[in-house]
Amino acid sequence: MKERITLRVNGKEHELEIDPETPLLYALRNNLALNGAKYGCGIGQCGTCMVLLNGNAQTSCNITCSAAIEYEIVTIEGIGSQENMSPIQQAFVEEQAAQCGYCANGMVMTASALLSRNAKPTNEEIKQGMNRVLCRCGTHSRILKAVKNASTK
Amino acid sequence: MKNSKITDILPKNNRRSFLKQTGSLLIGFNLLPLSFCSSNPVQDFLTEDLPLEVDRNLVDSWIRIDANGSVTVLTGKLELGQGIKTALMQIAAEELDVDMSRVDIIIADTGRTANERVTAGSGSIEGSGTAIRNAAAEARNVLLKLAAEEMNLSANQLSVVDGVVSGKSGDNTVAYWDLLKGKKIEGRVSGNAQKKNPNDYTLVGTGYKREDIKRMVTGGENYVQDLRFPEMLHARIVRPINYLSKLVNLPKAEALKMEGVEDVIVDGSFVGVICQEEFQAIKAMNFLKVNAEWDSPKISPLADELYRDMMAKSNPPNLVEDSGPIERNLSEDDAIEAEYFRPFHMHASLGPSCAVALWRNDQLTIWTHSQGVYPLRSTVAAMLNLPEEKIRAIGVPGSGCYGHNGADDVAADAALLAMKMPGKPIRLQWMREEEHAWEPYGSAMVMRMNGAVKDGKITAWHAKLWSDTHSTRPGGRPGNIISARYLEKSFEMRAGGYSGGSYRNATPLYSISALRIEMNDYASPLRTSALRGLGAYANIFALESFMDELAHKAGIDPVDFRLQNLPDARGREVIEAVVKASNYRTRQLESNVGLGIAFAQYKNSASYFAIITEVKMDKENKKIQLVKMTGAIDAGQAINIDGLKNQTEGGMIQSASWTMLEQVKYNEQGIESTNWNSYPIMRFQDVPDIEVEVINRPNEKALGAGEAAQGPTSASIANAIFNACGQRLRVLPFTADKIDWERI
Repeated sequence: MKERITLRVNGKEHELEIDPETPLLYALRNNLALNGAKYGCGIGQCGTCMVLLNGNAQTSCNITCSAAIEYEIVTIEGIGSQENMSPIQQAFVEEQAAQCGYCANGMVMTASALLSRNAKPTNEEIKQGMNRVLCRCGTHSRILKAVKNASTK
Repeated sequence: MKNSKITDILPKNNRRSFLKQTGSLLIGFNLLPLSFCSSNPVQDFLTEDLPLEVDRNLVDSWIRIDANGSVTVLTGKLELGQGIKTALMQIAAEELDVDMSRVDIIIADTGRTANERVTAGSGSIEGSGTAIRNAAAEARNVLLKLAAEEMNLSANQLSVVDGVVSGKSGDNTVAYWDLLKGKKIEGRVSGNAQKKNPNDYTLVGTGYKREDIKRMVTGGENYVQDLRFPEMLHARIVRPINYLSKLVNLPKAEALKMEGVEDVIVDGSFVGVICQEEFQAIKAMNFLKVNAEWDSPKISPLADELYRDMMAKSNPPNLVEDSGPIERNLSEDDAIEAEYFRPFHMHASLGPSCAVALWRNDQLTIWTHSQGVYPLRSTVAAMLNLPEEKIRAIGVPGSGCYGHNGADDVAADAALLAMKMPGKPIRLQWMREEEHAWEPYGSAMVMRMNGAVKDGKITAWHAKLWSDTHSTRPGGRPGNIISARYLEKSFEMRAGGYSGGSYRNATPLYSISALRIEMNDYASPLRTSALRGLGAYANIFALESFMDELAHKAGIDPVDFRLQNLPDARGREVIEAVVKASNYRTRQLESNVGLGIAFAQYKNSASYFAIITEVKMDKENKKIQLVKMTGAIDAGQAINIDGLKNQTEGGMIQSASWTMLEQVKYNEQGIESTNWNSYPIMRFQDVPDIEVEVINRPNEKALGAGEAAQGPTSASIANAIFNACGQRLRVLPFTADKIDWERI
């Protein structure tokens, strides 16, 4: 049954009429028209739906809206725009670190959380930090370069 | 190129005033997929007066220039993440002498682009690239003639900078768009128009950056998954247990009572739910999945009997090659035999397949990431018994597909459901387990090799191959659409038993005095179709592993053995390039570290690729560690050198993932590999360092490159493992249990 709930996304409060058991991912995409987080697996294995919950990178496919109301939610749209990209987004463009780009959201969000905890990660720390996000095109080496590049900005 | 949205083909201003300004040029343009925020979407995207098929002989079918100075390229190929949009725009901009900032591109749309069949086989640069270059050269000719008339000069006195034509003195100028004033470029593509000398290229051959990556990293609209239409409903399919299931009982009435359920569509054993919201559709699907009853015959043979069954039950062999005294040389010279095995591999797209379909006013519109919008249209037309002119298939990028994944199936599913819900756009995205379990796989294969060497030369090569088909794309046959099998009026899937790409790259490019290749077609228990490289992946795995085995038999270094027996100079050059880049000749290797080489020219006609892989046998952790992969590619004329590198790096990593980890698991009930735990793919911590060198040959023909790395990468890993520890792995994937760690 639908209920009225409030989500705090990218610094704004959004009132939604929604089944509170709905995974956050669908609320972001379908109710708030945010395209960044993407459906990949629905069970937190691939990372394409990554968002920041109170600054931590978390998959949004396996947290319900009723649980998400507790958090400050930041999506990739809240990190920067095409006109005003964050250093991480800029680094991905500079390194051309995408092929199909379906994983790009997960990569950018995970890198963002990683760099906020550890501004100068080693290559091994980057690999470890990014390990939970899958890429099927095999763009890994460029993504690693992009995160490294962002850490120097 | 503009900072555009996927559907934002028109400039930002009001459509009607835009049409007024630009006049007749945009006749073909005024029927667009709607912009996301359009106030009247129905009128914007319904198809009227569109040709059944765009005439590929007209310049206007490929290149358009509107009155405000923007240039639009049209291609029948789809952007799959390979960067084709940027490469094709570069070709057009180069030939027309316009800046990339004014160029945009429209991809695969039966309403607007020429029929270029499927985006596959590494053929888009060779196919669409050539067509666009010819059309752009023709357009430039037409425009220079118009300019010459206007300026009272002869065409050969004119030069062009960013679309502005000027005479020698430079004081007299006119722009392309002022010559056309919004009218279309008249003329046919003869193929004879003078093209630019590649030595004068300033854009082709550079690494011009892809504009779509900005959208990808900022959450911009880019994918079919992102389409969001007013009044759109969400659908899900209730999949059967396995390929052979029949629906026995379905609690439809109870599902119809669930919140948000608009309808439950049942046609034979095909079941779909249509709901107001996406999560409601998932809940209804789950309810029906749990409560439906199916009659499901068992699948056989199972994996442990599969390879033996393949070798025993195939059709009479097809002789691909047969020359020279094979029996004599095998018996008289130093002969060896080896059998290689490849399991079923999946495309495993990161984003499950998705489509939106709308049946309104007697017209069906499908937004799809199919690799072939025209073949999809003819297939859906046959499935629904609708005339083709009532269907428009519009290509929108999806998640990378790497071949024939669920893209066509989901589009057909959405169409089936949309026909039952007139007037409403129906969005359907497959679930993860659906993509994993129902996509067509790359076929399992067996390669039995017999060969002989004498005095460092290959005197005999006999390959016997077993495979199911690598091509069951829709192609107008509804039986190739998964759901069409389950309809009340069902369409039969063409069973395996025909080759469709099975022996691709089975013929070595090396000098061989007696050669025989036999292809055995097998009808396998799982659904198979085109996966990046088709049979080339496994054939090159076997061929290039066997080359190493022959080199070992001959007592010659594997690199030297290849160089000595390879007559093709460009082939030798990519090998030399990768040998140099990896310091193969001078490297001092630690114990348990090995280097392995492999080489192929994709399809024996496209790009040349060689690779050296370094592995380390980590005895302590019982782990085969890929340390570094160094590749060299010769794709002839490189269009976008960075895009070419990106594709090649990706091919190497993807192939390494197939080779090290991947195998579709199934039991007699159905597919067991239904998520990323049961079908793991390579993650960051296992990805080796990657280096790719491009041999650019601007004056040679551009060669397809997207699949070149798949085959050689697998063999280079096998060869490196052998080099590191003396153990020869012939059964894919190379999981740690295949190594005898005690012997290391």
